[in-house]
Parts: sequence; structure tokens; C-alpha cells
Amino acid sequence: MQFLSYLISGISLGSVYALIALGYTMVYGIAKMLNFAHGDIIMIGSYVIFFAFGSFGWNPLVAVLFSMVICTILGVLIERVAYRPLREAPSLAVLITAIGVSYLLQQVAQLLWTSNAKSFTSVVGLQKITLFDGQLIISGETIVTILVCIVIMVFLTLFVNHTVPGHAMLAVSEDRGAAQLMGVNVNATISLTFAIGSALAAVAGALLCSTYPSLSPTTGAMPGIKAFVAAVFGGIGSIPGAFIGGILLGIIENLSKAYISTQLSDAIVFAVLIVVLLVKPTGLLGKKVNVKV
Amino acid sequence: MPLSRLKNMKKTTKSNIITFGIVIVFYVIVEILSGAGLTSSSFEGQLVPICAYVVLAVSLNLTVGFLGELSLGHAGFMSAGAFSGVLVWTLLGQTLPTWLAVLLAFLVGGCVAGLFGFAIGIPVLRLSGDYLAIVTLAFGEIIKNVINACYLGYDSNGVHFSLKDAASMGLEADGTTLINGAMGITRIKTVSTFTIGIVLVVLALIVILNLINSRAGRAITAIRDNEIAAQSVGINLTKYKLMAFVTSAVFAGLAGVLYGLNYSSLVARRFDYNTSIQILVFVVLGGMGNIRGSIIAAALLTVLPEMLRGLDDYRMLIYAIVLIVMMIFNQSPQMIAWRKRIAERFKDVRKPGGKKKEVA
Repeated sequence: MQFLSYLISGISLGSVYALIALGYTMVYGIAKMLNFAHGDIIMIGSYVIFFAFGSFGWNPLVAVLFSMVICTILGVLIERVAYRPLREAPSLAVLITAIGVSYLLQQVAQLLWTSNAKSFTSVVGLQKITLFDGQLIISGETIVTILVCIVIMVFLTLFVNHTVPGHAMLAVSEDRGAAQLMGVNVNATISLTFAIGSALAAVAGALLCSTYPSLSPTTGAMPGIKAFVAAVFGGIGSIPGAFIGGILLGIIENLSKAYISTQLSDAIVFAVLIVVLLVKPTGLLGKKVNVKV
Repeated sequence: MPLSRLKNMKKTTKSNIITFGIVIVFYVIVEILSGAGLTSSSFEGQLVPICAYVVLAVSLNLTVGFLGELSLGHAGFMSAGAFSGVLVWTLLGQTLPTWLAVLLAFLVGGCVAGLFGFAIGIPVLRLSGDYLAIVTLAFGEIIKNVINACYLGYDSNGVHFSLKDAASMGLEADGTTLINGAMGITRIKTVSTFTIGIVLVVLALIVILNLINSRAGRAITAIRDNEIAAQSVGINLTKYKLMAFVTSAVFAGLAGVLYGLNYSSLVARRFDYNTSIQILVFVVLGGMGNIRGSIIAAALLTVLPEMLRGLDDYRMLIYAIVLIVMMIFNQSPQMIAWRKRIAERFKDVRKPGGKKKEVA
């Protein structure tokens, strides 16, 4: 029973990773860049909710929506100012810029709100569920996290596969030049990708901080990196891959925390990445791409 | 005739001599000043870290500037080198002569970091893309977490080791704790001196400059500029990528030993992600692919924060802005075109005859 409880909280953590990994994997698939700042957008989104809901007492749903809007604007702005000038530059330059942006967000947050951790009030109003005579307790946050993640996954898959902007995204990720020749607005599509990824980051931030209620400028960094591991695990560029990778990684992390060592759980998660790259570099659902000259 | 020989010297040789010259002149000036008692103690305390950071920046430049791959775990290699080297020093420092123990500490530290670099490089460098960045980042975190959870000691029964806590190590009362988890290694007898630091800097420069200017170095830069073209002329990608990456890791480890032997205590937290980024800032600010730039940037950025204490809160913010602005300014195609236009305008102004373009 205890195992089941660890498993369920692992799936909940994994759902958060999956939401973050979606942002990574879409941006990687379409803009071919590793957006290091993604984790820090989560942090900014969580601060927005912290002030809107915790300090000003807004309705939690409105606060989350407001945070999604702020994160979307921030994500699109970052793409416009920092990444777009470097779109034709070597990938190393983009990567270093992304690290700079990630650092910038952390430092600005630290200057504005100090590095002291703030205690986040959960935005979930659901009661916990007790099963098997109190042997298994599932918190409201866990249920909401898993449900929200599944709903978003379904909608996103439908969006990408059945709408015109979704098809544009697929086309740009397949071949940017050819998509442009066919009349796809590449800049708008990339902006849209960043907007969706950042909005999902805001949701992920709300859920993450509701489950682990400590908020500081570095809150987003570690989940962001782990979510990237999840994206690689599932196969970078693949939306279902991000989902599966996220859930599996969450389970691995929680079980190793419970049964091996709390201190070493991060190390185990990262060891998974190295093993995946050794055994199947394209990830679980990734496609092998042949480079043509 | 020495002068004519200087004129006929190859461009790279001349440039290398200037680089070595800067280091040696810096050493001589500092020695003279401190001999005359003109340097403050806080500046003297900075000398060994400066050398360590210079070696780190130069070695990271080999990976970032010449190989064109991003390593975000340079602090991890530094940490691996520091801990293994300091362990050797604490174990052998009393029994062996000092110079031999220090030499062994450096050898072991460099080898351990190099082995880690090799172990990480093999799976990752076969892949193209940004995987090396994320895996080295992961490696840095793994090293930090494992050393933070690591308890190591010895007594009359032999060596004890635990990843849980100090008690589960099962050490006898007379045993000695070597690594005490998050407390790290304490009571280190400090031996690092500015002279050792400069020797290490010169060694790093000799090895790395020679590597860059050799056949292997040309292969490495060819891979950076066009991987497919390099492969099609028969360059063994994995071999040369590994060569650059492992060399870089070895020197990060050596710098770690130098750094570790400079303080009486050593904790894994000191070698975190922020340290890796700081080294990256040195490389980017000094110019990717420019060894001399790395040296100057590392030395200046280590000394400046000490002098500008008031800016301490904003230091990391400035680093972040430096990274973004330098990248956009140096690498964006539009900016490169814009800079060319500006440069041409200046040329036109300087030349008599105004804006007329010369016909080639």
C-alpha cells in the first residue's frame, strides 16, 4: 500500500514534469533550440500566482489564467528579443544566450523578491481522498495535477494534428525552409510555440508549487532540467514522448527517494539520462533522423 | 640576428610568445610588488584562485571555442579533481616529502577528472546536437550530490565508506574521517602557492596551445566549423572530440586540485552550476576561441568583484546580461552585417577621397 502511495505521488510529480517537458520538446522540435529559460518561466509564473492569489486574494482560477497570460507574453518576448536574432547563428550561440536568459530571470527575481523562500498557498481547493481505511491517502493536488496533465495532453495532440496552426507547427518542425516556401509564416509559428510552451509552464508552476509549497528564484531550475531529461527520455520532439518520459521520470525519482536515498535521488534521475543516451539516444518514441548534405 | 628571426616567425608562434609573456610578466610584477610589501593581503589571497580560474577558462575554451560544444559541468570536473587530489594529499602529506605528495595529488586529480571526462564523452560525443551541454550539467549535479552524501574514513580495520550518514560508516573511535558528507573535507593543510599556480597556468598553456596548433587541433576546429565536411575528409569525429574534451577535463581537474589545496576546507557545494556558468562567462567575455582573452577575462573578473564589493548583488545579473549581449553582438547575422557597414564607414572617413569605393 505504501508502494502504491509512492507510485501515485510519483505519477503526480511526473505529470508536472510532463507539462514542462511539453514546452521543451515543442520548442526543440520547431525552433531546434534548447530553451534553458523554460524552467525559470515556471518560477516567474509561480510568483505571479503567489502575489495574485496569496497576497491579493484573487480567485485561484483567475490567478492561474493571469499567470498564463504573463508567462505567454514573457515567453514570446524572450523569443523575439534574445532568440530570433540568433536563428541563423550556430547552435552554440543560441544555447549560451538561453543560459544567459535563464540566469537573467533568476537574478531579476532574486533582486525583486529576495532569495528567501516564500511559502506558496495551494491553488487547489479539492479535499484529499482516503481509501482502504486510511491506508492510502491521495491529496487533492495529486488528483488535479494528473487530471490537468491528461486534459492538456489530449487537447494539445488534437490541436497539433487537427488545426491549421498545428499543421503549420508540424511543417516547420519537419523543414523550416520548405514550410516557408509553402506560405507558412515561420516567425508566427515559432512565436506560437513559445506562447503555448510558456502558458503550459505557468500551469506547471501552479501545480508544482501547490504540491511542494516553497517558492524561491531557483524553484524552476531543477524541475526544468529534469523535465528536459524527461523530454530526452521520451524522445525529443515527440509530444506523447514527453508525456511518457515525464511520468516515468517522476515515478523513478519518487521511488528512489523512498527506497534508495533522498540525497541521491537527483543523481539517479540524471544517471537515467546518461543510460538512455547510451542505449537509445533517440529516446523511447523518438525518430531517427538521417542528415542529408 | 634575433630581430630578423622575430620578423620571420610564424604568426601563431609570435602570438603564443605574447601569451606566455603576459603570464610571466604578471608573475614577475606580482612577485616584485609582494616582495616590496606593496600588495594587500586580500589581493594576495586572490592569486591562487586567479590561477585556478585562468586554467579553468583556458581549458573550457578548448571545448567551447575550439570544439564548439558546450560543457556546463566544468565545475563538476573541477570538483572531481579537487576531492581526489586533496584526499591524496591528506593521506600522503605526512609520509612522503611535500613536493612528491603535491605532485601525486595533482597527478591523481587530473587523472580522475580525465577519466570522468572520458566516461561521459564516449556516449555523448557520438551524438550531435545539444546533448553534451545537458549531460555535463547532469554530471555536475551528480558529482555534487554524490560527494554531498559521501562519508569516507579509515581506521585500523581498513577503509569505511557510506552514502547514508557518518554513523553507518562503522568507524572505530580512533578512526579518521576523510570526507564528512556535506561538510566535505576539513582541516586541509594548505600548500597551494602562487608559484605552483603559475606553473600550472604555463603547463596548461603549453599543452593546449600546442594541441590547437597541431594537426589534431586543426581537425578539432574543422569539426567545429562543419562536422559533415570534416567527416567526409576522413577525420575521426569521436576521436578528436574526445581528445579535446578529455584534455579540457584533465585541466579542470588540475585547477580543482590547485583550488582545493588553497583552502583549509573543501565542500562540494562550492562547485555548483553557478561556478560552471561563471567559467563560461570568462570564456565568452574573453572571446570564444581566443586563449589570451580567456586568461585576461578570468583574471580581471576574479579580481574586480573583490574591488567592487558594492556591486556584489548585481554581479550575477551583469554576468547574465554579458552572456546575452555578447552572443547577439558577435553571432547574430544582422549584427555582423551591421558591424561591417559601420567599419566600412569609418574606413571611408579615414581615407582621403571620401566614400568612393576602390575597384579591385
